[in-house]
Amino acid sequence: MKKLESSLKNMVFVLTGTTVICVALLAYVNLLTAEPIAKANANILNTALKEVLPAYDNNPVTEADTVFGEKDGKKTVKYIIYPAKNNNKLVGTAVKSESLGFGGELTVLVGFQADGKVYGYSVLSHSETPGLGSKSVSWFKKGSKGDIIGMNPGEKPLIVKKDGGQVDAITAATITSRAFLRAVNSAYEAFKNNGEKPNGMTGATKHVEPSDSISTK
Amino acid sequence: MNNIKVFLNGLIKENPTFVLMLGMCPTLGTTSSAINGMSMGLATMFVLICSNTVISLLKNLIPDMVRIPSFIVVIASFVTLLQMVMQAYVPGLYTTLGIFIPLIVVNCIVLGRAEAFAAKNTPVASFFDGLGMGLGFTIALTLLGALREILGTGKIFGMTLFPENYGMLMFVLAPGAFIVLGFLIAFINSFKKV
Repeated sequence: MKKLESSLKNMVFVLTGTTVICVALLAYVNLLTAEPIAKANANILNTALKEVLPAYDNNPVTEADTVFGEKDGKKTVKYIIYPAKNNNKLVGTAVKSESLGFGGELTVLVGFQADGKVYGYSVLSHSETPGLGSKSVSWFKKGSKGDIIGMNPGEKPLIVKKDGGQVDAITAATITSRAFLRAVNSAYEAFKNNGEKPNGMTGATKHVEPSDSISTK
Repeated sequence: MNNIKVFLNGLIKENPTFVLMLGMCPTLGTTSSAINGMSMGLATMFVLICSNTVISLLKNLIPDMVRIPSFIVVIASFVTLLQMVMQAYVPGLYTTLGIFIPLIVVNCIVLGRAEAFAAKNTPVASFFDGLGMGLGFTIALTLLGALREILGTGKIFGMTLFPENYGMLMFVLAPGAFIVLGFLIAFINSFKKV
Protein backbone atom coordinates (compact mmCIF):
# COMPACT_ATOMS: atom_id res chain seq x y z
CA MET A 1 0.00 0.00 0.00
CA LYS A 2 1.25 3.45 -0.82
CA LYS A 3 1.88 5.90 1.96
CA LEU A 4 -0.90 8.43 2.49
CA GLU A 5 -0.13 11.93 1.26
CA SER A 6 0.25 14.78 3.75
CA SER A 7 -2.83 16.63 2.59
CA LEU A 8 -4.86 18.55 5.16
CA LYS A 9 -7.80 16.17 4.81
CA ASN A 10 -5.64 13.10 5.35
CA MET A 11 -3.84 14.60 8.31
CA VAL A 12 -6.99 15.72 10.10
CA PHE A 13 -8.67 12.41 9.41
CA VAL A 14 -5.75 10.23 10.56
CA LEU A 15 -4.95 12.19 13.70
CA THR A 16 -8.60 12.32 14.75
CA GLY A 17 -9.00 8.64 13.97
CA THR A 18 -5.95 7.59 15.99
CA THR A 19 -7.01 9.68 18.95
CA VAL A 20 -10.60 8.41 18.91
CA ILE A 21 -9.53 4.77 18.78
CA CYS A 22 -6.99 5.26 21.56
CA VAL A 23 -9.48 7.08 23.77
CA ALA A 24 -12.07 4.36 23.27
CA LEU A 25 -9.53 1.68 24.17
CA LEU A 26 -8.39 3.53 27.29
CA ALA A 27 -11.94 4.22 28.41
CA TYR A 28 -12.67 0.51 28.17
CA VAL A 29 -9.55 -0.46 30.14
CA ASN A 30 -10.35 2.21 32.70
CA LEU A 31 -13.76 0.64 33.15
CA LEU A 32 -12.18 -2.78 33.64
CA THR A 33 -9.54 -1.65 36.13
CA ALA A 34 -11.56 0.88 38.15
CA GLU A 35 -12.77 -1.75 40.59
CA PRO A 36 -9.43 -3.56 41.12
CA ILE A 37 -7.73 -0.18 41.66
CA ALA A 38 -10.26 0.84 44.31
CA LYS A 39 -9.88 -2.57 45.92
CA ALA A 40 -6.08 -2.35 45.90
CA ASN A 41 -6.17 1.09 47.52
CA ALA A 42 -8.64 -0.06 50.17
CA ASN A 43 -6.43 -3.07 50.79
CA ILE A 44 -3.39 -0.90 51.50
CA LEU A 45 -5.37 1.14 54.02
CA ASN A 46 -6.91 -1.91 55.67
CA THR A 47 -3.55 -3.62 56.06
CA ALA A 48 -2.14 -0.48 57.65
CA LEU A 49 -5.16 -0.20 59.99
CA LYS A 50 -4.80 -3.82 61.12
CA GLU A 51 -1.18 -3.16 61.86
CA VAL A 52 -1.67 -0.09 64.05
CA LEU A 53 -4.83 -1.04 65.95
CA PRO A 54 -5.77 -3.72 68.48
CA ALA A 55 -8.09 -6.45 67.16
CA TYR A 56 -11.42 -4.98 66.07
CA ASP A 57 -14.62 -6.24 64.46
CA ASN A 58 -16.15 -3.12 62.94
CA ASN A 59 -15.23 -1.39 59.72
CA PRO A 60 -13.19 1.70 60.65
CA VAL A 61 -13.16 2.95 57.08
CA THR A 62 -16.92 3.41 56.83
CA GLU A 63 -17.07 4.97 60.29
CA ALA A 64 -14.16 7.29 59.61
CA ASP A 65 -14.31 10.92 60.55
CA THR A 66 -12.63 13.63 58.55
CA VAL A 67 -11.23 16.79 60.07
CA PHE A 68 -10.76 19.60 57.60
CA GLY A 69 -8.21 22.32 57.78
CA GLU A 70 -7.40 25.29 55.67
CA LYS A 71 -4.41 25.76 53.43
CA ASP A 72 -4.00 28.78 51.15
CA GLY A 73 -7.68 29.56 51.64
CA LYS A 74 -8.73 26.14 50.39
CA LYS A 75 -10.45 23.45 52.38
CA THR A 76 -8.15 20.46 52.74
CA VAL A 77 -8.31 17.16 54.56
CA LYS A 78 -6.26 17.50 57.70
CA TYR A 79 -6.85 14.32 59.62
CA ILE A 80 -8.86 11.21 59.03
CA ILE A 81 -9.90 9.45 62.19
CA TYR A 82 -10.68 5.74 62.12
CA PRO A 83 -12.38 4.35 65.24
CA ALA A 84 -11.81 0.66 66.00
CA LYS A 85 -14.49 -1.14 67.98
CA ASN A 86 -14.75 -4.61 69.40
CA ASN A 87 -18.23 -5.71 70.55
CA ASN A 88 -19.33 -2.08 70.17
CA LYS A 89 -16.68 -0.92 72.63
CA LEU A 90 -14.06 1.52 71.42
CA VAL A 91 -10.69 -0.24 71.66
CA GLY A 92 -8.54 2.17 69.74
CA THR A 93 -8.38 4.93 67.22
CA ALA A 94 -6.17 5.36 64.20
CA VAL A 95 -5.44 8.84 62.90
CA LYS A 96 -4.02 9.64 59.51
CA SER A 97 -1.84 12.68 59.87
CA GLU A 98 0.65 14.58 57.76
CA SER A 99 3.68 16.73 58.32
CA LEU A 100 6.41 18.26 56.24
CA GLY A 101 9.53 16.11 56.28
CA PHE A 102 12.92 16.55 54.70
CA GLY A 103 11.88 15.65 51.17
CA GLY A 104 8.18 16.47 51.22
CA GLU A 105 4.95 15.35 52.82
CA LEU A 106 5.21 12.54 55.33
CA THR A 107 1.91 10.72 55.83
CA VAL A 108 1.58 8.57 58.91
CA LEU A 109 -1.21 6.43 60.26
CA VAL A 110 -0.94 6.36 64.05
CA GLY A 111 -2.96 3.98 66.20
CA PHE A 112 -3.86 4.96 69.78
CA GLN A 113 -5.30 2.84 72.54
CA ALA A 114 -8.35 4.23 74.29
CA ASP A 115 -6.09 5.65 77.04
CA GLY A 116 -3.99 7.60 74.53
CA LYS A 117 -0.96 5.33 74.40
CA VAL A 118 0.57 4.79 70.97
CA TYR A 119 -0.31 1.27 69.88
CA GLY A 120 1.36 1.25 66.49
CA TYR A 121 2.09 3.30 63.44
CA SER A 122 2.56 2.88 59.73
CA VAL A 123 4.18 5.33 57.32
CA LEU A 124 1.73 5.50 54.43
CA SER A 125 3.83 7.62 52.11
CA HIS A 126 7.03 9.60 52.33
CA SER A 127 9.71 11.09 50.13
CA GLU A 128 12.60 11.04 52.58
CA THR A 129 16.18 10.23 51.64
CA PRO A 130 16.62 6.50 50.99
CA GLY A 131 18.80 4.92 53.66
CA LEU A 132 18.45 7.85 56.07
CA GLY A 133 15.00 9.35 56.55
CA SER A 134 13.35 6.36 54.92
CA LYS A 135 14.28 4.38 58.03
CA SER A 136 11.35 6.09 59.77
CA VAL A 137 9.26 3.23 58.36
CA SER A 138 10.62 0.93 61.09
CA TRP A 139 12.82 3.07 63.35
CA PHE A 140 10.10 3.98 65.86
CA LYS A 141 8.60 0.48 66.08
CA LYS A 142 8.75 -1.83 69.05
CA GLY A 143 12.23 -3.14 69.75
CA SER A 144 13.93 -0.56 67.55
CA LYS A 145 16.13 2.23 68.81
CA GLY A 146 13.53 4.97 68.62
CA ASP A 147 10.69 2.86 70.07
CA ILE A 148 7.64 5.07 70.71
CA ILE A 149 5.14 2.26 71.22
CA GLY A 150 3.35 2.58 74.56
CA MET A 151 4.25 6.24 75.00
CA ASN A 152 1.46 8.71 75.63
CA PRO A 153 1.80 12.04 73.80
CA GLY A 154 -0.87 13.44 76.12
CA GLU A 155 1.39 13.23 79.19
CA LYS A 156 4.39 14.65 77.38
CA PRO A 157 4.59 15.46 73.68
CA LEU A 158 7.02 13.21 71.82
CA ILE A 159 10.23 15.12 71.15
CA VAL A 160 13.64 13.96 69.97
CA LYS A 161 16.38 13.76 72.59
CA LYS A 162 18.37 16.46 70.84
CA ASP A 163 15.56 18.91 71.60
CA GLY A 164 15.25 17.78 75.19
CA GLY A 165 12.72 15.03 74.62
CA GLN A 166 12.60 11.30 75.20
CA VAL A 167 12.82 9.74 71.72
CA ASP A 168 16.01 8.66 69.95
CA ALA A 169 16.15 10.36 66.58
CA ILE A 170 17.13 8.48 63.44
CA THR A 171 20.90 8.73 62.96
CA ALA A 172 21.67 11.54 60.51
CA ALA A 173 17.98 12.21 59.91
CA THR A 174 16.88 14.54 62.70
CA ILE A 175 14.63 16.60 60.45
CA THR A 176 12.71 13.49 59.40
CA SER A 177 12.50 12.36 63.03
CA ARG A 178 11.11 15.73 64.11
CA ALA A 179 8.60 15.71 61.27
CA PHE A 180 7.53 12.20 62.15
CA LEU A 181 7.02 13.02 65.82
CA ARG A 182 5.18 16.20 64.88
CA ALA A 183 2.79 14.08 62.84
CA VAL A 184 2.32 11.70 65.79
CA ASN A 185 1.72 14.56 68.25
CA SER A 186 -0.79 16.30 66.02
CA ALA A 187 -2.49 12.96 65.40
CA TYR A 188 -2.85 12.71 69.17
CA GLU A 189 -4.43 16.18 69.33
CA ALA A 190 -6.93 15.12 66.71
CA PHE A 191 -7.60 11.89 68.59
CA LYS A 192 -8.15 13.71 71.86
CA ASN A 193 -10.43 16.37 70.36
CA ASN A 194 -12.37 13.68 68.60
CA GLY A 195 -13.02 11.82 71.85
CA GLU A 196 -14.52 14.92 73.48
CA LYS A 197 -17.38 15.35 71.08
CA PRO A 198 -20.78 13.66 71.66
CA ASN A 199 -21.06 10.05 70.59
CA GLY A 200 -22.87 8.98 67.49
CA MET A 201 -21.81 11.97 65.44
CA THR A 202 -20.06 10.91 62.30
CA GLY A 203 -18.96 12.89 59.34
CA ALA A 204 -18.93 16.05 61.44
CA THR A 205 -16.31 18.59 60.54
CA LYS A 206 -14.27 20.40 63.07
CA HIS A 207 -11.23 22.60 63.02
CA VAL A 208 -8.28 21.53 65.06
CA GLU A 209 -5.68 24.15 65.73
CA PRO A 210 -2.16 22.90 65.26
CA SER A 211 -0.49 22.94 68.64
CA ASP A 212 2.43 25.26 68.28
CA SER A 213 3.95 24.21 71.55
CA ILE A 214 5.10 20.92 70.08
CA SER A 215 6.26 22.03 66.70
CA THR A 216 10.02 22.16 66.68
CA LYS A 217 12.14 25.20 66.40
CA MET B 1 17.32 -15.30 10.25
CA ASN B 2 17.27 -11.57 9.93
CA ASN B 3 14.96 -11.13 12.92
CA ILE B 4 17.51 -12.68 15.23
CA LYS B 5 20.04 -10.18 14.00
CA VAL B 6 17.58 -7.36 14.70
CA PHE B 7 16.99 -8.77 18.17
CA LEU B 8 20.70 -9.06 18.99
CA ASN B 9 21.32 -5.60 17.59
CA GLY B 10 19.12 -4.10 20.31
CA LEU B 11 20.41 -6.41 23.00
CA ILE B 12 24.16 -5.95 22.46
CA LYS B 13 25.41 -3.98 19.50
CA GLU B 14 23.13 -1.00 20.00
CA ASN B 15 22.20 -1.50 23.64
CA PRO B 16 20.05 1.55 24.47
CA THR B 17 21.75 2.27 27.78
CA PHE B 18 25.38 1.33 27.25
CA VAL B 19 25.81 2.20 23.57
CA LEU B 20 23.04 4.56 22.44
CA MET B 21 22.90 6.32 25.84
CA LEU B 22 19.18 6.83 25.57
CA GLY B 23 16.65 7.01 28.41
CA MET B 24 19.18 8.17 31.01
CA CYS B 25 16.55 9.74 33.27
CA PRO B 26 14.76 6.52 34.32
CA THR B 27 18.11 4.71 34.19
CA LEU B 28 19.53 6.91 36.92
CA GLY B 29 16.30 7.52 38.78
CA THR B 30 14.81 4.08 39.29
CA THR B 31 17.83 1.84 39.78
CA SER B 32 18.16 2.23 43.54
CA SER B 33 17.60 -1.52 43.81
CA ALA B 34 17.75 -4.47 41.44
CA ILE B 35 14.03 -5.15 41.59
CA ASN B 36 13.12 -1.53 40.86
CA GLY B 37 15.47 -1.40 37.89
CA MET B 38 14.13 -4.66 36.53
CA SER B 39 10.49 -3.57 36.89
CA MET B 40 11.19 -0.30 35.14
CA GLY B 41 12.96 -2.16 32.34
CA LEU B 42 10.08 -4.60 31.92
CA ALA B 43 7.51 -1.80 31.89
CA THR B 44 9.47 0.01 29.19
CA MET B 45 9.90 -3.22 27.24
CA PHE B 46 6.14 -3.78 27.21
CA VAL B 47 5.51 -0.30 25.85
CA LEU B 48 8.35 -0.62 23.35
CA ILE B 49 7.11 -3.90 21.89
CA CYS B 50 3.48 -2.76 21.65
CA SER B 51 4.22 0.67 20.21
CA ASN B 52 6.78 -0.66 17.73
CA THR B 53 4.39 -3.29 16.40
CA VAL B 54 1.37 -0.99 16.19
CA ILE B 55 3.30 1.88 14.61
CA SER B 56 4.81 -0.45 12.06
CA LEU B 57 1.32 -1.70 11.16
CA LEU B 58 0.04 1.86 10.80
CA LYS B 59 3.07 3.33 9.07
CA ASN B 60 1.43 3.64 5.65
CA LEU B 61 -1.77 5.10 7.06
CA ILE B 62 -0.02 7.97 8.82
CA PRO B 63 0.94 10.97 6.66
CA ASP B 64 4.53 12.06 7.21
CA MET B 65 3.72 15.51 8.53
CA VAL B 66 1.65 14.22 11.47
CA ARG B 67 3.69 11.14 12.24
CA ILE B 68 5.24 12.40 15.50
CA PRO B 69 1.91 13.37 17.14
CA SER B 70 0.37 10.09 15.97
CA PHE B 71 3.27 8.08 17.39
CA ILE B 72 3.02 9.94 20.67
CA VAL B 73 -0.72 9.23 20.90
CA VAL B 74 -0.09 5.51 20.37
CA ILE B 75 2.77 5.42 22.88
CA ALA B 76 0.87 7.45 25.48
CA SER B 77 -2.11 5.10 25.18
CA PHE B 78 0.02 2.06 25.91
CA VAL B 79 1.68 3.79 28.84
CA THR B 80 -1.66 4.82 30.34
CA LEU B 81 -2.94 1.30 29.85
CA LEU B 82 0.12 -0.09 31.62
CA GLN B 83 -0.26 2.45 34.40
CA MET B 84 -3.86 1.48 35.10
CA VAL B 85 -3.08 -2.23 35.05
CA MET B 86 -0.11 -1.78 37.39
CA GLN B 87 -2.13 0.34 39.77
CA ALA B 88 -4.76 -2.36 39.92
CA TYR B 89 -2.63 -5.47 40.25
CA VAL B 90 0.81 -4.45 41.56
CA PRO B 91 0.10 -1.34 43.68
CA GLY B 92 3.34 -1.66 45.64
CA LEU B 93 5.47 -1.50 42.55
CA TYR B 94 3.32 1.28 41.14
CA THR B 95 4.02 3.40 44.23
CA THR B 96 7.75 2.72 44.08
CA LEU B 97 8.19 3.63 40.42
CA GLY B 98 5.86 6.59 40.85
CA ILE B 99 6.31 9.35 38.32
CA PHE B 100 8.63 7.27 36.15
CA ILE B 101 5.77 5.19 34.77
CA PRO B 102 3.93 8.09 33.06
CA LEU B 103 7.34 9.42 32.00
CA ILE B 104 7.86 6.39 29.75
CA VAL B 105 5.82 8.40 27.23
CA VAL B 106 8.72 10.79 26.75
CA ASN B 107 11.41 8.14 27.02
CA CYS B 108 13.57 8.72 23.97
CA ILE B 109 14.14 5.00 23.42
CA VAL B 110 10.46 4.45 22.69
CA LEU B 111 9.99 7.38 20.31
CA GLY B 112 13.46 6.86 18.88
CA ARG B 113 12.79 3.27 17.90
CA ALA B 114 9.36 4.19 16.51
CA GLU B 115 10.94 6.84 14.33
CA ALA B 116 14.18 5.08 13.40
CA PHE B 117 13.00 1.51 13.04
CA ALA B 118 9.26 0.82 13.20
CA ALA B 119 8.34 3.50 10.68
CA LYS B 120 10.56 1.87 8.06
CA ASN B 121 10.33 -1.86 8.74
CA THR B 122 7.83 -4.73 8.81
CA PRO B 123 5.71 -5.38 11.94
CA VAL B 124 7.54 -8.65 12.66
CA ALA B 125 10.98 -7.04 12.48
CA SER B 126 9.70 -4.14 14.58
CA PHE B 127 8.42 -6.57 17.18
CA PHE B 128 11.88 -8.14 17.44
CA ASP B 129 13.51 -4.73 17.57
CA GLY B 130 11.24 -3.80 20.48
CA LEU B 131 11.99 -7.09 22.21
CA GLY B 132 15.75 -6.72 21.76
CA MET B 133 15.89 -3.07 22.77
CA GLY B 134 13.54 -3.65 25.71
CA LEU B 135 15.50 -6.63 26.95
CA GLY B 136 18.76 -4.74 26.52
CA PHE B 137 17.33 -1.88 28.58
CA THR B 138 15.99 -4.28 31.23
CA ILE B 139 19.31 -6.08 31.60
CA ALA B 140 21.21 -2.79 31.84
CA LEU B 141 18.84 -1.44 34.49
CA THR B 142 18.85 -4.66 36.49
CA LEU B 143 22.65 -4.76 36.44
CA LEU B 144 22.92 -1.13 37.50
CA GLY B 145 20.28 -1.62 40.21
CA ALA B 146 21.94 -4.79 41.50
CA LEU B 147 25.38 -3.16 41.76
CA ARG B 148 23.98 -0.11 43.51
CA GLU B 149 21.98 -2.28 45.90
CA ILE B 150 24.99 -4.44 46.79
CA LEU B 151 27.35 -1.50 47.28
CA GLY B 152 24.80 0.66 49.05
CA THR B 153 22.93 -1.71 51.35
CA GLY B 154 24.69 -5.06 51.09
CA LYS B 155 21.62 -6.75 49.68
CA ILE B 156 20.63 -8.16 46.34
CA PHE B 157 16.95 -8.57 45.40
CA GLY B 158 16.28 -7.98 49.10
CA MET B 159 18.54 -10.84 50.28
CA THR B 160 21.31 -9.79 52.63
CA LEU B 161 24.88 -10.47 51.54
CA PHE B 162 26.61 -8.49 54.29
CA PRO B 163 25.34 -6.25 57.11
CA GLU B 164 23.82 -2.96 56.02
CA ASN B 165 26.21 -0.99 58.22
CA TYR B 166 29.07 -1.75 55.82
CA GLY B 167 27.13 -0.43 52.82
CA MET B 168 28.10 2.85 51.25
CA LEU B 169 24.97 4.92 51.33
CA MET B 170 26.16 7.12 48.49
CA PHE B 171 25.51 4.35 45.98
CA VAL B 172 21.80 4.34 46.76
CA LEU B 173 21.65 8.10 46.26
CA ALA B 174 21.97 9.96 42.96
CA PRO B 175 25.79 10.33 42.80
CA GLY B 176 26.17 6.56 43.08
CA ALA B 177 23.98 6.12 40.02
CA PHE B 178 26.32 8.27 37.92
CA ILE B 179 29.44 6.58 39.24
CA VAL B 180 28.22 3.03 38.71
CA LEU B 181 26.84 3.85 35.25
CA GLY B 182 30.13 5.49 34.26
CA PHE B 183 32.17 2.48 35.33
CA LEU B 184 29.81 0.05 33.59
CA ILE B 185 30.07 2.00 30.31
CA ALA B 186 33.86 2.18 30.64
CA PHE B 187 33.95 -1.57 31.24
CA ILE B 188 31.84 -2.28 28.16
CA ASN B 189 33.83 0.13 26.00
CA SER B 190 37.02 -1.64 26.97
CA PHE B 191 35.87 -4.61 24.88
CA LYS B 192 35.47 -2.49 21.79
CA LYS B 193 38.26 -2.09 19.28
CA VAL B 194 39.23 1.53 18.95
